[in-house]
Amino acid sequence: MAFLVRCPNCGDRGVYEFRFGGEVVRRPSTSEAAPVWMKYFYARRNAAGNQREWWYHSLGCRRWLLAERDTTTNEILSTGWPGEVQA
Amino acid sequence: MMVFRKNRMWGKHPLRDAYDVVIVGAGVHGLSTAYYLGQMGISNVAVLDKGYLGGGASARSTAIIRSNYLTAEAIPFFRESHKLYQGLASELSFNLLFDEMGRLDIGHSESSVYWLRLRAEFNQLLGVDSRIIGPAEIKKLAPQIDLREGKTLPIMAALYHPPAGVVRHDAVVWGLARGADRAGVEIHPFTEVTGITRRNGRVTGVETPAGRVSAGMVVSATAGWTSTVTAMAGLDVPIVTFPLQACVTEPVKPFVHITISSADLHVYVYQTDRGELVIGGPVDPYSTYSQRSTLDMLQELAASTLELLPALRDIKIMRQWAGLCDMTPDYAPIMGQVDGLDGFILNCGWGTWGFKAAPASGRTTAELIATGRTPDLIRPFALSRFDDNALVNERAAAIAAAIH
Repeated sequence: MAFLVRCPNCGDRGVYEFRFGGEVVRRPSTSEAAPVWMKYFYARRNAAGNQREWWYHSLGCRRWLLAERDTTTNEILSTGWPGEVQA
Repeated sequence: MMVFRKNRMWGKHPLRDAYDVVIVGAGVHGLSTAYYLGQMGISNVAVLDKGYLGGGASARSTAIIRSNYLTAEAIPFFRESHKLYQGLASELSFNLLFDEMGRLDIGHSESSVYWLRLRAEFNQLLGVDSRIIGPAEIKKLAPQIDLREGKTLPIMAALYHPPAGVVRHDAVVWGLARGADRAGVEIHPFTEVTGITRRNGRVTGVETPAGRVSAGMVVSATAGWTSTVTAMAGLDVPIVTFPLQACVTEPVKPFVHITISSADLHVYVYQTDRGELVIGGPVDPYSTYSQRSTLDMLQELAASTLELLPALRDIKIMRQWAGLCDMTPDYAPIMGQVDGLDGFILNCGWGTWGFKAAPASGRTTAELIATGRTPDLIRPFALSRFDDNALVNERAAAIAAAIH
């Protein structure tokens, strides 16, 4: 398999057990103007290096988790539950 | 040996400290832009690349040329590019090995045939040779396809696009580079752009390990790494980098002479002049800048290929590779000027649809630089469409989009 993701519940699992949820982006408040929302919908940092991102363990415990990954090597640096680790 | 040395296709130059135009990225899009700028009489141009010529996405493309797209915005653009490709070898006086073998987009369900029919209608309306054919005609064009009934994914119909073809990707890079060089453009491989300088809302040049270079215009024409280039200009663009993997089999005798694509099976395949079968698929299910290929994707490609061409069951895979694709939310490129940042031109967002677009992207970008006006052909692809929520949605025409 391509690489392993450490699920906080299930341990190290192949990446194909997970669904990639994209980089973490801050959701604007409902009072923000349309251009701010358009940036939230579409603009991405798409970092070449460490990136905070969402993963869903679809073929395991079926929970969403946060991970930090080096996108140049696919090394998962850390994982945790939302609310327990910084988004 | 001297013959080769005397006939270098492009020259070496010391990097000067100022140009009218600096193009970031010496792949097909950057070199095409440079070539057409040269043809328009703008030759104080430098093309900079961190690696060798055409060593990124241009080297990894499966180089299929077609124009059977879906939307009223994309079809005229790709039709123009297809037309330019048809004349490019004679224009550049360089053999591009363009083989107009045709293309079949296979439909395995009522739903996918509906989308193919829609594409056929739009294609015909906009002057692209494309029509729906049934299993009998599919059998004539590609007798090796498994047309048996009762399969999980039976072959119901296909979108047939006769002028589609395959081109020698390196030859396109070299031919455009030689053409640009002859017009006076400088090409600087192994010259990485490490920064973009700005003053008062205007891009003023680039920084390289060899020094600062000032420029009237800076063009971002990389593929895969666009986000890293635009970040230097303080810009977050709607691009996420996904790899697309492809592989090549051992060479066999002429077996099939048409490109075959299936959006339901997430695979496309054709046979090269050398007899190798080139097999490509969807982008990987996660974003990454890593160009390592994976066994998971090889298994998927092999399984899908055997659904279409079971006679290949014993063939051996020789090579597998990954190329980086700048995927945009609406499967369309991002081209033209940037509101609020003068002197910065985008020729990017080429996802999995870039190679076939290079002649048109280069010519329209050059026209924009030469005249200061955005050509109508690329107006729908401006970055500002994401502020206006006016997306193109070319999704149904990209095989790689299937699971993205």
